[in-house]
Amino acid sequence: MKKLLARRELSLVVAIILIVGVAIALQPRFASEQNIRSILLWVPLLAVAAMGQTAVIITRGIDVSVGSILGLAGMTTAILLRDYPQLGVGGAAVIGIGLGAVLGAINGGMIAFAKVPPIVATLGTLGIYRGLTFIVSGGRQVDDYQLPKDLMNWSLEGPALLSKVPFINSIPWVVWIAIIVMLLSHLGMTYTRYGRDVYALGGNPDAAALRGIPVNFVTFMAYVLCGIGGGFAGVLYASRYGTVNPSGIGNGFELQVIAAVVIGGVSVFGGTGGAPGVALSCLLLGVVNVALSVLAIADTWQMAIYGLVLLVAIIADERFARSARKRAGEAV
Amino acid sequence: MITRIRSRFGPEIVAVVLLILAFGFSAFREPRFLDAEYLFDRSTLYMEAGILALSMTFVIIAGHIDLSVTSILALVGAICTTLVSKYGLPPAAMIIIAPVVGGALGALNGLLVSKGKLPSLVVTLATMALFRGVAQILLGDHSLPMPKELVGIHKIQLPGTYFHVPMVLLAILAVIAAGVLHRTVWGRWVTALGTNAEAARHAGIPTGKILIQLFTLSGVAAGIGSMLMLSRLGVARFDHARGLELDVITAVVLGGASIFGGRGTVFGTITALGLVGVVQTGMGVAGVKAEVQVAVIGLLLIVSVLFSNFTARKRGR
Repeated sequence: MKKLLARRELSLVVAIILIVGVAIALQPRFASEQNIRSILLWVPLLAVAAMGQTAVIITRGIDVSVGSILGLAGMTTAILLRDYPQLGVGGAAVIGIGLGAVLGAINGGMIAFAKVPPIVATLGTLGIYRGLTFIVSGGRQVDDYQLPKDLMNWSLEGPALLSKVPFINSIPWVVWIAIIVMLLSHLGMTYTRYGRDVYALGGNPDAAALRGIPVNFVTFMAYVLCGIGGGFAGVLYASRYGTVNPSGIGNGFELQVIAAVVIGGVSVFGGTGGAPGVALSCLLLGVVNVALSVLAIADTWQMAIYGLVLLVAIIADERFARSARKRAGEAV
Repeated sequence: MITRIRSRFGPEIVAVVLLILAFGFSAFREPRFLDAEYLFDRSTLYMEAGILALSMTFVIIAGHIDLSVTSILALVGAICTTLVSKYGLPPAAMIIIAPVVGGALGALNGLLVSKGKLPSLVVTLATMALFRGVAQILLGDHSLPMPKELVGIHKIQLPGTYFHVPMVLLAILAVIAAGVLHRTVWGRWVTALGTNAEAARHAGIPTGKILIQLFTLSGVAAGIGSMLMLSRLGVARFDHARGLELDVITAVVLGGASIFGGRGTVFGTITALGLVGVVQTGMGVAGVKAEVQVAVIGLLLIVSVLFSNFTARKRGR
């Protein structure tokens, strides 16, 4: 099993190196500071949201509302900071993340306790949360001059502690935040009881229930985590872009998040994959994005490429799963 | 007798009652709702969703889902108008080519689900992006015009009535769909597949073949829907029908089809589609923003599943 996972991570690293190599060969401008910066600022958003979705997909679920959670949480955070600057960036961020948790809990409650299928529940809340984003904002966007400088600085400056260290001092806060989130979720998924329960549930739901794993609670919490990830990403979005538009923020983001998770080796059949692979695939998608724009391939290709890569990843997963079952001597 | 109707059409009755309530409320608030001409005019907006909902009823009864239909609709429109404007395809040929292309795209979904043994949810989530992405590559941010002679089908009415061509088409297709679903062996096979796929396979039902046929059907419906939408709007764009899958799935589930497969009726789907239409039109008249309308439809979807889960549990299933 370990080998199988390592293979996915290795192939992601190879893919990243290949794409970077090809991009630099074709257009040396790819390695410019500005491009590296835009990768560094885009990937954390995706990675933070993808960590929660990872838990959801490992349990064989799906959360297509994560883009709308990002939107509602990011919008709310921006509005709070505009109207109540005394909250401070930290306070508003906590509220944004907390709101994400609540929205995730609504999804999780319906799915775990009321047994609504994940796609129906989250397709519904995809629309509901987007509508709420409109209602709380009154349809108006928050502009960057209305937001405190501190929030923007998350995307501009690194920790003061590292300001003297060459190279590393130019890495902004958002990247460190994403690294911490990824580390925490890796440790959580690997070494805590909850993390192991998630894998057990995804691997075999019936067996997990028989073994006394609180299946409903584990499922519920996976969606809460996904909401927290979405909410956090919403706060980072406000910091990254400054301008927060109710119909723009997080629209269609769920596709990128789900693609990142599945390409990162989390099988849609549940039970496998984890944070390291997903982190690498977020980096891969970031590199692809910038490579596309540097190589002057129009933005219009992006969605098709995501869809295609997602499809290939799903088919590859099934091949893996089938050959693993064969080796284990099970009926295929 | 009443119990028999209740046990057979329970969820459908809910849709009928809700439709009557929503209509009554809207008519009370907005007298225009009692004007037949206005109603028929508004109804043109829902004919494409209706055709998609018919095929989606089969897919959901079979225990699957097809999120990519609206993307197929957009891609078919993009391909057809590109063929006409860049490669000189005679406009009339679109009418044949659209369902064929749609069917081919749907068959790709079906093959992946059936031969690849992949969950339909993830497959169609991926092709939803892929198909719309290809439409975006073809059209970019521009729109291609529908040939003039094919524009405005929704304005052609049956002589002496308000019935427009798309509505007549939907009615005919609905009757055919109901016949196939409730009166043919194939319809029973689809239901059996959704009730218990494993048991259906052991009973000798060609489940793999049915899956491919179902998703192909879904694509054909999207192809027909595409022609109606292009004729109504006059142009093809890559973002046509984006998000319409929510309306379609809501209509099917609200109409009493079980999201877990195994039950559902064409009558329920059409009734619930009417409900979605009345609710949206009512909100539109009241000046409710489009995004908020989407939220209400999302709520409707969730509540209908919650409700049916609740009643199923009460019945002790």
